[in-house]
Amino acid sequence: MAHADSRQTGGVDNTEWRLRAPANLVSKRAILHWTLSALIGWVIVLGGQGIHLLVNDDPPAVAQTVAIVSVVVALVHVLVMPRWRYAVHRWETNPDAVFTRSGWINQEWRLAPVSRIQTVDTVRGPLQQLLKLATVTVTTASAAGPVKIENLDASVAARLSDELASTTQATPGDAT
Amino acid sequence: MTEFPAAPPVVEPSHEWGRLDPRMIIVRPLNELMGLLIPLFILMFAGNGDTWRIVAGGATVGALVLYGLFSWVSTKYRITETQVELHKGLLHRQRLAIPRDRIRTVDLTAKLGHRLFGLSAVRVGTGEQSRSSTDGVVLDAVTAAEADRLRQVFLRRAATAETVVGEDDSTSISQLDKRWYRYAPLTMSGLLTIGLAAGFGMNLARELKLEFSETGLIRSVFHWVLNTSPLAVIPVVAGLVLVVSVLLSLLAYLLQNHDFRLTRNTDGTVRVRRGLLTTRSVSVEEQRLRGVSLHEPLLLRAGRGARLTAVTTGLGRASGSSLLLPPAPRGEAHRVAEQVLLADPTSAQLTRHPAAARSRRLFRAISPNVAAAVTLLLLAAFAEWPHWPWIVATCLLPVSVLIGLDRYRNLGHALTDRYLVSRSGSLDRETVALQRTGIIGWNIRQTLFQRRAGLLSVTAITAAGKGGYTVVDVDESNGLKLADAAIPDLLRPFLQSSQERPDGS
Repeated sequence: MAHADSRQTGGVDNTEWRLRAPANLVSKRAILHWTLSALIGWVIVLGGQGIHLLVNDDPPAVAQTVAIVSVVVALVHVLVMPRWRYAVHRWETNPDAVFTRSGWINQEWRLAPVSRIQTVDTVRGPLQQLLKLATVTVTTASAAGPVKIENLDASVAARLSDELASTTQATPGDAT
Repeated sequence: MTEFPAAPPVVEPSHEWGRLDPRMIIVRPLNELMGLLIPLFILMFAGNGDTWRIVAGGATVGALVLYGLFSWVSTKYRITETQVELHKGLLHRQRLAIPRDRIRTVDLTAKLGHRLFGLSAVRVGTGEQSRSSTDGVVLDAVTAAEADRLRQVFLRRAATAETVVGEDDSTSISQLDKRWYRYAPLTMSGLLTIGLAAGFGMNLARELKLEFSETGLIRSVFHWVLNTSPLAVIPVVAGLVLVVSVLLSLLAYLLQNHDFRLTRNTDGTVRVRRGLLTTRSVSVEEQRLRGVSLHEPLLLRAGRGARLTAVTTGLGRASGSSLLLPPAPRGEAHRVAEQVLLADPTSAQLTRHPAAARSRRLFRAISPNVAAAVTLLLLAAFAEWPHWPWIVATCLLPVSVLIGLDRYRNLGHALTDRYLVSRSGSLDRETVALQRTGIIGWNIRQTLFQRRAGLLSVTAITAAGKGGYTVVDVDESNGLKLADAAIPDLLRPFLQSSQERPDGS
């Protein structure tokens, strides 16, 4: 399968390439953050269903089935997703580019050349502040979505954004 | 058809604050009124002459006139050496300033009301992505001559030295051919208009509690529909809709594209002029033109037609201002693309995508259809729904199979010396040629299924147009090679050869 279409490019280069994992992991506490965020979401969904079951004297059988399925899905999601994400989410910078990998079932690699960076933002949500985490967002001139590095250790995030900001300032032009 | 008058000599504008043309006090309410004419008429006279209808109608007109007056009073603009400043708003005051060297596009739009008084609105686009609802800096409106002068002042810095640019210095790239009208019915715009008008009319009638069933004509139509066999009604209705939609689409084509001209100007811009009642003139700085997009919706494709839009920064996406060529013969579209870009990427030989992509396209085309059919079947079996919906949904399956196959057939990409070309879609096939130097990053996505099939989707990120253009379902290794070749040395540090990967036959 892997070799079936190597004639596609028509070039001489017949090596099979793939993306390697970026070098750096995010903070270990990210697992906790993803778990808590997922839990909060599920508490709202399951809580609503629970109230419906308790208040209703004669809950329909469908509602009970839905509730049981939801609990199972919630458990799997809360237990699996954060660990899977932790294995996938990675980042790396070099003098030319910022490179990230994110997602879990579906994965996404994003690459932004340092010369095209417009802004570098550091955002800390309430949960992230508790856990001393931060998300670094690198925007370019495109509307197609910035490069985000979620749940870095706060000190790492500060260092990274300083580093990127200073390199960006040194680059002339309007980066479009 | 009014021509834009010959350009007066370009003089640097003074730093005095200027006002919009005083005639806007009348024109603005007039333009708003024209849009509201039919609803207002129905509101005021359709009922039994209730007093509140007359009062509501009068109040609307009065409010519009006051709005026109206030917006004229509160708006002023000036142009300095470095920036364009606009102050507007009475209660919610806005002060906008954009640096002149960031101006990428100038869009002159004259609606019918403007045209009556020889005015034109000037919209200035910068490199930023206009994602917010504000349109940036719009001078609505100044005299047509002033508008033309502003256009030249704004875009002049690209020209050599201080030469005065006259209209005659432009070279024509393309202009409307009467025969292009045959592509108008293939654009579905007529059908869309009928749908919108029907929906709007019914909504309005319900709001105003108009009793259509009391009108003799409509009652007799209903009577006929109910008392004739469906075999006779359906062809008649379909024929009627067809004829009306063809007429409407011709009308829309006439209104939008009358006297279409595409020119290259010596001030380094490409300029599109078109329109019958509302005239538009859009100038795009050539240096900021990042590519073109060739649209071939299914019907238009069947008629060997195509539409061309510009991929550029500084144009609003919704307003259709990026149009370079209205529906026209495909050959003409390729020719215009070549003339505008001075390269010929749209007719490049495209590389097909691997067979695994076909299964994915088929699955994605069929699965919603299957899901709908199954759901409708279950509803028919258990919830006493009628049986015909699931039968219809099942009968549509072959159509979605064909669409899936066509989507696969249309997938393709190519890399020319200056452009990255990507094609996808079936109902709206789009071939995008994006300048390689305009690519400012990559997003590479792989879903679970793509990972198992050895595919990925590569999105070239750019500041222009939609912001990102995707090469869908390309072979993993070839997709990465493509990205790596498009901007050399950017992606390479993050690639590894996968020779150590177990080699399955």
